[in-house]
Amino acid sequence: MKGGISEFFAMGGYALYVWGSFGATALLMIAEPLLVRQRRKAALQRISRLVRIKSEQQS
Amino acid sequence: MSGRLSFYRFSSPAAFYPLAGTIGKVSALIAVVLLAIGLYMSFFVAPTDYKQGEGYRIIFIHVPSAWMSMFIYLVMAFWAGIGLVFNTRLSSMMAQALAPTGAIMTFIALWTGAFWGKPMWGAWWVWDARLTSELILFFLYIGFIALQGSIDDTRRADRAGAVLLLVGVVNIPIIYFSVKWWNTLHQGATVSVTEGSSMSTIMLQAMLIMTFAFWAYSVAVAMYRVRSIILEREKDTRWVSELPEVRR
Repeated sequence: MKGGISEFFAMGGYALYVWGSFGATALLMIAEPLLVRQRRKAALQRISRLVRIKSEQQS
Repeated sequence: MSGRLSFYRFSSPAAFYPLAGTIGKVSALIAVVLLAIGLYMSFFVAPTDYKQGEGYRIIFIHVPSAWMSMFIYLVMAFWAGIGLVFNTRLSSMMAQALAPTGAIMTFIALWTGAFWGKPMWGAWWVWDARLTSELILFFLYIGFIALQGSIDDTRRADRAGAVLLLVGVVNIPIIYFSVKWWNTLHQGATVSVTEGSSMSTIMLQAMLIMTFAFWAYSVAVAMYRVRSIILEREKDTRWVSELPEVRR
């Protein structure tokens, strides 16, 4: 199997191109959901601050 | 009357917000499963290409991302058109939610195309008809995002964005048919809805599974992002302040 793994990553000499493609794609398709999650957290924090301010004004 | 009413019920952000969450979870699950299967097939099931050896495996993300880059733009233009005509804010939010994912898919198509072109054509970039029109598509996405970001009044931003999208729709058939009309360098359509494909079935199956995976991924990300957009735009409403996820 040892030969298999390094042989696998060699991609028949196209390693740079195949892993350059798949790597960049994986990076983007992992980063994007994380950024969306962060945007949600920020939106919720802003809303809870608004709610708190409003309730303080009323009391 | 109630049938029509129920359809419009989902055009209200408050009614659509929970639905988007469910669709998001389901499509995210589908995306993960299909990506796992697709990647396994791309590397371990699909045979070595007689001419390009292992290098051709880039097709399994280049084609799906290119298809998605065009498809997402059409979906965005559709929603933007609906938003413009019916003045339904949620449709414009959908267009805005899809934009970053469309831009990323276009970037992936351009990036993987360049990484595939270098070993096979000998160049990272060529001013070929398809490559150039795909690059224009990328600028359209970036332009839409920048335009929406630069206008404070959301209603005006939605209208301006919709006009830009609808003007740019003409670029999609240009990309699709560019290989036939100008026949510069990029390969012609290997897979077509009418004539099937000249690819080996295994390679085609792997590519189609990856395409559905990319599609499910885009739906999931767009649904989660549209929820954030709804929260941002409806932050002063009562229904948002009463959401369980809002900590008091």
